[in-house]
Amino acid sequence: MSIIPAPVSRFFHRMASPPIFYAFADKLIPWLSLIFIGLTGAGLYLGLFVAPADYQQGDSYRIIYIHVPAAWMSLFIYVLMAICGGIALIWRMKLAEVMMVSSAPIGAGFTFIALVTGSLWGKPMWGTWWVWDARLTSELILLFLYLGAISLYGAIEDRRTASRAVAILVIVGVVNIPIIHYSVQWWNTLHQGPTVAKAGKPSIHISMLIPLLLMATAFKLHYAIAVLQAAKVEILKREQNTQWVKKLIEGNS
Amino acid sequence: MKPIRKQRLGLILLMLAGVALAVTFALKAFNENLMYFFSTTEVVEGKAPENTLIRLGGMVVKGSVKRPGDGMTVHFKLTDFNKEVSVEYTGILPDLFREGQGIVAKGRLDKRGVFVAEEVLAKHDENYMPPEVADSLKKQKTTPTRMEK
Repeated sequence: MSIIPAPVSRFFHRMASPPIFYAFADKLIPWLSLIFIGLTGAGLYLGLFVAPADYQQGDSYRIIYIHVPAAWMSLFIYVLMAICGGIALIWRMKLAEVMMVSSAPIGAGFTFIALVTGSLWGKPMWGTWWVWDARLTSELILLFLYLGAISLYGAIEDRRTASRAVAILVIVGVVNIPIIHYSVQWWNTLHQGPTVAKAGKPSIHISMLIPLLLMATAFKLHYAIAVLQAAKVEILKREQNTQWVKKLIEGNS
Repeated sequence: MKPIRKQRLGLILLMLAGVALAVTFALKAFNENLMYFFSTTEVVEGKAPENTLIRLGGMVVKGSVKRPGDGMTVHFKLTDFNKEVSVEYTGILPDLFREGQGIVAKGRLDKRGVFVAEEVLAKHDENYMPPEVADSLKKQKTTPTRMEK
């Protein structure tokens, strides 16, 4: 533990306590919401009104301001869930379990958005709603992994046992993440190759890239807000018989 | 780290390595089937089966698009900058179909070596830019569109 500075390690130890985390999340959410609204406003305005039309696709390309950040989030959240799952299995940390299971529905939502927006764009541009190429198929498998994690958690009564089962499922599924990312390079796919996340310069004009990065950051904040809200609910459910929750509820009424 | 935690970490890493290895072998075994389309070189070299439904991907050769007859039938050539294949298609083409654009066609190879397409999909590339930038790139004689692979 010597590589981690003492204040950081102390912060994480404090956060592992549900009442302290609950209060911290409560304070954090309004600030995150404020930044989220600002970034989304700026990103959408720059993306939909200021950024020029594409030389080939015209205005249709603007769906990337939703599609690409959502697809990035679908991978990001899954990796985060796997890390939380690992921590939950090794250290039996309650809060890691809470973050993992709270993330699953949000990740499933982003994956669904990525699939649907891609399909809507694919019809006019490619000429088809759906093809079974490596990228699209592996992303669909990711959606099933999320749905599997959600159902597995729901199927087991005891929340701590359920969390451990979900953690194993999520860690096994993490092999799909590099497959999704590299699918467009390993195989011939209809889906195009990476534009931004690759070695060298992004092959997108700077005026189109800035709104994309703004939207990507906004989506990350949206996830942070959503996962903190969901984690608060999950903590209340798990700790409903404890003193601090009773005090909290009495204090509110 | 306590020994029990080290052991759990080891088990997790072992599980991950096992799954990754299994998936790698499975993907290697199914590599051919995971290819969404054949390249034109593979077709010319006879790696693609004749008279069965396959997909062919490539870039539409500039100046090769011809519409003989009523205008519904299109003849064009596809290339991967190595070998070319002639394609015949009757029907509506997608928005992005144009010379120099990557496309994927589904159809059969006939005995003449001509690919008779039933469906044509446009493969978009990963480049995004305003039209003015594309124009200035063209003036510098670098082609903005290129086909991955």
